[in-house]
Amino acid sequence: MGLLSDPNRRKAITTARILILNMILVLHGDSVVCYLAGIAWFMGLAFEPFTLRTYMSENAMGSTMVEERFPSGERALATAREFAAHKKKVGGMPVDWLVKTMRAQGLEVFTQSFSRNLPFPDESKERFVVRGTNVYGILRAPRAPRTEALVLSAPCSPGNSNNQAVGLLLGLAQYFRSQIYWAKDIIFLVNEHDLIGVQAWLEGYHHTNITGMGYTPLQGRAGSIQAALSLELNSDVVTSLDLVLEGLNGQLPNLDLANLFHAFCQKLGILCTIQGKLQRSDWDTVEGYTHSAQTMLLMVLKQASGRPWGEHGLFLRYHIEAASIRGVNSFRQYKTDATSIGRLFEGMVRKLNNLLERLHQSYFFYLMPSLTRFVSIGYYMPAFGLLTTILLLRALDLWVHLGTPTPVTEDGVGEGESPSSPGLLSVLTPVVISHLTGVALYTLPVLSQEMAVEHFPVSETEAVVLTAIAIYTAGLALPHNTHRLISGEGTEQGWRVLKLVALLYLAVLLGCTALINFSLGFILAVTLVPAAACVTPHVPKALSAVAMVLLSPGCTILYCVFLFQELQEVPVSLAEGWMLFLSVISQGILDHALYGSLVYPLLALLVYPCWLLFWNILFWK
Amino acid sequence: MAALSRKWDPLFVLVLGSLVFSCKGDVLKTSNDRTESISATKIEESSPQAADLGDLRQSDEAESNEDRKAFTPPPPNDQFQEEMVIRPLYSGDIYASFQFRTQWDTDFLHDGKKVSHYRLFPKSLGQVLSKFSVRELHISFTQGYWRTMQWGQPFIPSPPGAELWVWFHHTVTDVDGNWKELTNVLSGIFCASLNFIDSTNTVEPSASFKPLGLGNATDHRFLRYATLPREIVCTENLTPWKKLLPCGSKAGLAVLMKSEKLFHSSFHSQAVHIRPVCKDWQCTSTAWELRQTLNVVFDLYTSGQGKKEWSLFKMFSRTLTEACPLASSSKIYVDVTDNPGGELFDLSPSSPLISTAVVLGDRRTYSVYDLTKKETFGQLRSLNLLLRWKGESDDMLRPPLHAERYVSGFGLQKGEIHTCLYNSHPYRAYPVLLLDSLPWYLRLYVHTLTVTSKTRENKPSYIHYQPSKDRLRPHLLEMLVQLPPHSVTEVTVQFERALLKWTEYTPDPNHGFYIGSSVISALVPSIVAMDTNSTRDRPLFSSFFPTKEESSYFMRVYTEPLLVNLPTPDFSMPYNVICLTCTVVAVGYGSFYNLLTRTFQVDEPSAPLAKRLANIIRRLRGVPLL
Repeated sequence: MGLLSDPNRRKAITTARILILNMILVLHGDSVVCYLAGIAWFMGLAFEPFTLRTYMSENAMGSTMVEERFPSGERALATAREFAAHKKKVGGMPVDWLVKTMRAQGLEVFTQSFSRNLPFPDESKERFVVRGTNVYGILRAPRAPRTEALVLSAPCSPGNSNNQAVGLLLGLAQYFRSQIYWAKDIIFLVNEHDLIGVQAWLEGYHHTNITGMGYTPLQGRAGSIQAALSLELNSDVVTSLDLVLEGLNGQLPNLDLANLFHAFCQKLGILCTIQGKLQRSDWDTVEGYTHSAQTMLLMVLKQASGRPWGEHGLFLRYHIEAASIRGVNSFRQYKTDATSIGRLFEGMVRKLNNLLERLHQSYFFYLMPSLTRFVSIGYYMPAFGLLTTILLLRALDLWVHLGTPTPVTEDGVGEGESPSSPGLLSVLTPVVISHLTGVALYTLPVLSQEMAVEHFPVSETEAVVLTAIAIYTAGLALPHNTHRLISGEGTEQGWRVLKLVALLYLAVLLGCTALINFSLGFILAVTLVPAAACVTPHVPKALSAVAMVLLSPGCTILYCVFLFQELQEVPVSLAEGWMLFLSVISQGILDHALYGSLVYPLLALLVYPCWLLFWNILFWK
Repeated sequence: MAALSRKWDPLFVLVLGSLVFSCKGDVLKTSNDRTESISATKIEESSPQAADLGDLRQSDEAESNEDRKAFTPPPPNDQFQEEMVIRPLYSGDIYASFQFRTQWDTDFLHDGKKVSHYRLFPKSLGQVLSKFSVRELHISFTQGYWRTMQWGQPFIPSPPGAELWVWFHHTVTDVDGNWKELTNVLSGIFCASLNFIDSTNTVEPSASFKPLGLGNATDHRFLRYATLPREIVCTENLTPWKKLLPCGSKAGLAVLMKSEKLFHSSFHSQAVHIRPVCKDWQCTSTAWELRQTLNVVFDLYTSGQGKKEWSLFKMFSRTLTEACPLASSSKIYVDVTDNPGGELFDLSPSSPLISTAVVLGDRRTYSVYDLTKKETFGQLRSLNLLLRWKGESDDMLRPPLHAERYVSGFGLQKGEIHTCLYNSHPYRAYPVLLLDSLPWYLRLYVHTLTVTSKTRENKPSYIHYQPSKDRLRPHLLEMLVQLPPHSVTEVTVQFERALLKWTEYTPDPNHGFYIGSSVISALVPSIVAMDTNSTRDRPLFSSFFPTKEESSYFMRVYTEPLLVNLPTPDFSMPYNVICLTCTVVAVGYGSFYNLLTRTFQVDEPSAPLAKRLANIIRRLRGVPLL
């Protein structure tokens, strides 16, 4: 106890305290600066002078001349009408008719039937037990040994939509059959039940079973698939074509595929869009910037959702470069006829046919503020890096605090308290408990749906979603319970160690997520980092708790739903937004079960428990 | 490596059975000692039933020898025959198969006696045979994949790319050395990349490839087999092949071989087979047979605007005007089996000659055109066969055996090779020999090898596995599998993709690596024997017991090659790194080396005049100098 009586030592301690306080002040300042810089950097990515112009990297596609000659757009539409008639007659996919038509065109035709029981009914698409058939015809390339293939697919959607796509596909098959330049086999796939059909076909083709799909094995194959294009034409009148790139778990196809699409649209004079947005030339005006920022944000939101936004999305898992091309009727004056779309496909397929290697020259990680501009990974990663730096700085700050002796408080208690590290238990208990909550959030909604349906007047889907929300909310009550378990150990050191652990955990988690799916990592970082950085037990409880909840992962999804609607220029009211939010959650769980999307398990098993740790710190006693 | 299983019996049944081809024309119905010694070694370990074996012919030869009896043998000891078979396929395509056969009664392998006078037999090949003591040589170049399910069975099967298998004479001591030289020489003769055949893609199959000619070699140490699935076949390979013919492409059937048309087809395969055969009925001495074959499938849909009709001129853009003057026989066969009443297609000019033969287990009828006869060419002095389809052909009978292969799984770490063997025979089970040769960079997990048919495990009765050695030799997997009737048998084995050294990647590493076809050899119950109910143009008394030579036939099926992606580094990055490091090293090392090796000397420049003056004054004043 001679410490306080020694004026020299006292002076030294005071100096150290001032130094540390200064450092913390500086760090606090830095955190804010870092955060703002990160956001600003990100928003700057949409500013045209900061982005790169797209260019074709693959020489095999760039220099070869291809002349498009597809003549029979009208005939394709006639085939589409015939298809529609047969579809109506059969009341589903006219399998026999398709097989007969494709066989008459000289293709090798095969069918695959599949069945899948959804974990709970999908209300948006009104399906629960799915049974269907895929029909595919293989156009064998002359003198090719069946080692490489390209896939052209069109879904056979319920109702009257997408008949044109199937008609065009058959027209293309007919035309391609009479050409001699094919070096790769071409597979024409008409699949039922959109993504489920594609998933069944891909799993059958690669003889895997990741999602518990029941399917009959495929009879005909054509080697390793090099690229795939999916066509969707949802209306009779097509004014522009929209390119969809975002795939499962935020995977993107090689940028050259997008370049190829754009190059042919330019050549054939077809209006082309990405995220449904045309390109603008006035980048130096506010509107121009807002436009490209909107386009980029839409891409970020879609990518972050981790779901396949078109049929192509499922191909990406198998390292098959794929994109969906969607015909859009945006009620403009300009109209695109079927012949032009056919020619666009012909050109793209021919160039892909000319490829010697898989598409690999261009970028796999990029964001597109417009079809001609892209932001590569080297440009967007600093934005995320700035956000995670905050976490690391805070962790460093805590580390310094834990390393130095506890500052002496005014009432003279200080040295008396041993600066020994708190028990392992006090840190481990909240970590384990919050992860158990995460496991509950992951498993219980689907497992307990029957029970919920019995006891409450809700449908199965609602039961699942509401159970998920209930568990999520119940998790918030946990910290108090945690404290009862480890009563008496809520020391100052304790929460610091816990926060240090949580900060590092979050940093690693977000870092890994951003490497795989930048958009998801960035969106999570934007909301989680401020909460994680500021939370201590000493801030005003009620206010901070509200802020924490508003910055929690669940609310992040809610904001994203509203933002997405806003960016798509279909704003929704609060009630509609809430309904959308519920359906987004059910879709997320379904995507995980059906296609193996990882966003739901990531959020439930890792991100949410991590956030709970910070929530725990807020209520540390 | 040693065989994993020693159950030889079924294997030998198969091997023996494969010898039981009957050929109507020049079969040796064996009675003398000589013949017994011909197939001796193969037989000695097995039962005496082998004594009545015929010679080892491929079944498709049957029709070629049909009319030999009409022919009087010429005095010179070599002869040349040419023929073409045209078969309209069910898919609407046209299959044209050329065979050119040169037979020479000489012996290249006799020591001391040097063969130097060549007449019909190509000298380039003759010299190769004697120099490398080759007993049997089979080489094929194929562009495209034979679509068994659409086209039925080919007369001579071959895998996509190049295939070479050679039996060396048993006196050869350094087989590997001979093999290496031979491949290089052949590479020059055929203008092909056969020089890429080395120890990493050569195997010694123990059971799948038996000699097709006379010979008592069964020791597979003298056999070498290699495929190059990536080999692309083009005009440059066709020209040297045509030059081996006695008439070149100047006369006879070979005038039809215009590369512009031959390579405008769905399938193209050319081959050279050399083997010792019997010289005469009694087989008192051996002769050498060189058989050059060329198989083409024309897709008349793409070139004919959807109309199914063909003519020689349409297919080859030539018509025939004469036979090769050196040929002892020159014939064209057109398969008219499906058209007995002429309701399916019209063939003009029609031929009075009709020949029937059992080919590939099926009874076929052929219209024969003899080019050595003047009347064949008619008044126009040119023969242009023309076929017009009238009706739609019904579905083809599924070939009794076919196979497919694919790689399953995703990602670049592991994978699984699936080989599906289809036995479409409704009630007969039969064994097949499966040969797989996989490069070393697929690390096979042999413990995962499974064979299942009808969801039940199907234990192969014979397995011969030779593990690979990195960068030295490939995996060799041979097994004898019994295929239950009307079933799919699936052979799966898992593998890991090796990470190559960066110099081992091909210039186009992202294309993937080719894995050669697996080979399935089997004795297949024939279709003729199958339809015992059919009394179609056969007397009842003939059809109760199926005759032996028709009951089964030898068939070889090749699966498609595989394209496997290996983990590939981003090669642009190493390049950048190499450039950068080299620059840094060059600059850093250069200046550092410069510093280390330079000798520093204090340089005492003569001071300027003012300074010297000042120093003198300073010295005088006694102050320190500047």
